[in-house]
Amino acid sequence: MEYKNVSSNPHIRDHMSTGKIMLVVILALLPTTAYGVFHFGIKALLIVLLSVLSSILFEWLFCKLIKKESTIRDNSCVVTGLLLALNLPVSVPWWIPIIGSFFAIVIVKMIFGGLGKNFMNPALGARCFLVISFPKLMTDFAYDAFSGATPLAQLKSGSMSVKITDMIIGNTAGTIGETSMLAIVVGACIMIMLGVIDLYVSGTYILSFAVFILAFAGRGFDMPYLCAHLAGGGLMLGAFFMATDYVTRPVSKKGQIIYGIFLGFMTAIFRIFSPSAEGVSFAIIIGNLLVPVIERFTVPTPFGVVKNSNRKGGK
Amino acid sequence: MGKSSKNKPTCSSVFLNGLIKENPTFVLMLGMCPTLAVTSSAINGMGMGLTTTVVLTMSNIIISLLRKVIPDKVRIPAFIVIIASFVTIVGQFLEAFVPSLNASLGIFIPLIVVNCIILGRAEAFASKNGPLLSAFDGIGMGLGFTVALTCIGLVREIIGAHKVFGISFYHLAELIHAPEGVLNWIDRQYPIAIFVMAPGAFFVLAFMVAFINSIKLKENKKNVAADCKVGDHDCANCKEKCEHRFYDENGKDGSVYDKHMSKESEEEGE
Repeated sequence: MEYKNVSSNPHIRDHMSTGKIMLVVILALLPTTAYGVFHFGIKALLIVLLSVLSSILFEWLFCKLIKKESTIRDNSCVVTGLLLALNLPVSVPWWIPIIGSFFAIVIVKMIFGGLGKNFMNPALGARCFLVISFPKLMTDFAYDAFSGATPLAQLKSGSMSVKITDMIIGNTAGTIGETSMLAIVVGACIMIMLGVIDLYVSGTYILSFAVFILAFAGRGFDMPYLCAHLAGGGLMLGAFFMATDYVTRPVSKKGQIIYGIFLGFMTAIFRIFSPSAEGVSFAIIIGNLLVPVIERFTVPTPFGVVKNSNRKGGK
Repeated sequence: MGKSSKNKPTCSSVFLNGLIKENPTFVLMLGMCPTLAVTSSAINGMGMGLTTTVVLTMSNIIISLLRKVIPDKVRIPAFIVIIASFVTIVGQFLEAFVPSLNASLGIFIPLIVVNCIILGRAEAFASKNGPLLSAFDGIGMGLGFTVALTCIGLVREIIGAHKVFGISFYHLAELIHAPEGVLNWIDRQYPIAIFVMAPGAFFVLAFMVAFINSIKLKENKKNVAADCKVGDHDCANCKEKCEHRFYDENGKDGSVYDKHMSKESEEEGE
């Protein structure tokens, strides 16, 4: 007797495989990575390499340890390592990316059953783990004797000395990958054109965030302030590369829209009302945990099925 | 299960049962609330464990003595009254003699009243057995709880605060007259602070339970593989491919179809 783990037909087979999708994501992350290395110097490249290599190593080791076929071929560990590195400030010591990728790969992903079964985005889980564990190291954004405050922290303290053009190009303090809005948007365009992501999550995320900032930040219709919030911090990186993670976002379009709006509101709440200046990673993680609830309320009706309320009316 | 009905429980078997075989934290998964909440350091865990041990032993003895007096219908309120009186007494003692421990355990001392280990042992053991056995059961279960909490607290403390029983690594190194370079190196290290916060308790507990389960699985495999009979052992924890079970080797989640039921019904049919 054989049990095959398949549903009934019809089956639609796509030409894209997991490995190919992950390759596109890596490609889309390259402009951001390149800008980070250009902006922060060679140490940024070291952190990226360390993080990516240790992610691959931990996934391979874990598969060896539990005697399962190695899953490093699907490239998802490379994406996780790369995203984790882009979420670290350049001043961290060498062991931070290694601990981070251990947590991301082993604790968040592999223990729960590997890619597709992780309940939150591994890179973001690791980032939050590191921020809570080493708050001093993870918020030290000083580089090249440049004073440490990120544009968002400056906004929070009330000064409007930040230059919007600098923030869009990326000439500011921050984590390796978050500073340049331009490079991230280029990467996002690559992904959208190749059909890897769509705007259901990212678009609603950014729009609802902007609406919340306009309505509740207490600044009125202050366009420079809004632009600074949009370009600053991890919002763009989070919206295009982490909120859109296939595993941890809702499946249906309706669910994705609800998810995006929730993320936007949470991020804005964290940024305006919490003591810390940044809130993207925690917002997306809370969103990830709520995805099963969102899915429960957005089960799509199959074609041809009569809705329950109609049937009752017929009786 | 079958063993306990055949062999009469002795004091030592009851004691070891609580300490190892049915360890309340790692095996029965009872008393999770204090386990997760107060184990931020080994001293706290040990204090909580010993306090619970005292309350558990005393309440077990009294409940066992009164087991024929207490009417069945109101036994739970009666148990709670007995347990609560001991918790109050122990709480007052702690407040008088170890105020620092009392302060760090805080609300969790009065909450021992609703600790499921104590009510569970009263219900499952003390209300059915004599006072001597109940006392040993209380000590065994209590010490099992204490050992578990101390272990969790120690691991959390070492990783999350670089301390052992409240003494920092730096002081320990000073005590053994370590060279200057080592001292400076220790001083520069960062502890993983999340381990002394709430999430760390979940990480450490999960890993310890997983570790103990893996040992138990191996032991089960050893004991059972030779001759497996229906109903002879714990099939849920048996990984052996005996004829009673059907392993779905294609299933990715290692799903198991228990054939005991169907086999028994076949026998009845014959």
